Amino acid sequence: MSITLNINGTRREFDGDPDTPLLWVIREDVGLTGTKYGCGIAQCGACTVHVDGQTLRSCSAPVSAVAGRQVTTIEGLSSRAAKAVQAAWVKLDVVQCGYCQSGQIMSATALLEKKPKPSDTDIDHAMAGNICRCATYQRIRAAIHAASAQLAG
Amino acid sequence: MSSSVKMGLIMTVLAGMAGSLATAQDLRGPETFSSITNPSERSRALFVEAGRVIQHPRCLNCHPVGDRPTQGNDGHPHSPLVVRSADDKGAIGSRCTTCHQNANYEPSGVPGHPLWHVAPKSMAWQTKSLAQICQQIKDPRRNGGKTLAAIHEHMANDSLVGWAWMPGGNREPAPGTQAQFGALIAAWIQAGAACPAS
Repeated sequence: MSITLNINGTRREFDGDPDTPLLWVIREDVGLTGTKYGCGIAQCGACTVHVDGQTLRSCSAPVSAVAGRQVTTIEGLSSRAAKAVQAAWVKLDVVQCGYCQSGQIMSATALLEKKPKPSDTDIDHAMAGNICRCATYQRIRAAIHAASAQLAG
Repeated sequence: MSSSVKMGLIMTVLAGMAGSLATAQDLRGPETFSSITNPSERSRALFVEAGRVIQHPRCLNCHPVGDRPTQGNDGHPHSPLVVRSADDKGAIGSRCTTCHQNANYEPSGVPGHPLWHVAPKSMAWQTKSLAQICQQIKDPRRNGGKTLAAIHEHMANDSLVGWAWMPGGNREPAPGTQAQFGALIAAWIQAGAACPAS
């Protein structure tokens, strides 16, 4: 049975196994490769997307779980908070190798969309599930504060 | 009898013993305690048996004392770091549903249920004795305002409680079945809902 998806505002039909990880559908079927495969067990956050505005590890969700829901990937981020995050990421040169950064930006954006002025603790709690092997954590935190300041201005 | 046949028989017997050990996780039913004529003593004994479920890791891990749930049979801190937040369903940007979906997801091994959350702080069980947990369960100020009948309903029929017997992956289920657990709680209440001394 076909599953109807909405990815970045575009309606899609998926005819495969409903238990397929959402990440595979996004990358292999839809061809959006900005969302990364990291660990496959919801431990690293590289595969983070938004579903109805909330973060979701797409490696650990069957595609059937998002039928009829709004999926947003890194390619589809367009909110005011998302633009502030992207600008802060560039300004502070956050990225090192870059592999985890799609997931980092998805989590940071979800945080700022719900809480435009987060504390360090809010940031730690929102970002704890996003691992960066280059250890860019201090720049990530600074960039989230910078994006917050931009949103306030 | 050849040595290889003997070894095969030994292995078969050992496998049978292992099977017996696995069934040690069964719960004893209320009828097992019917010979205890003093109702309070019987009630306490019933709760001690039910406590094998209550204090099992599948239950304790989501009844943390602090803000962070635990994992595994050794109760190690949840990885990655997650906190209960105000609604017991996770922080902004790191909600329970960020990783836990409506059902156990075997491809990644992440457990799931539609109501996934940690128990409220007033219902913390970790680090507490069974006697303390018993008093807490009966106290409406700490049990969410529940009557004993509502406590029984929760224990016997709540589907998130029921996840403890269907945890998926290589997780050890709670002893017995939810129906057996519910029967123990019903019998405990009927005998006076007495709490163990320790």
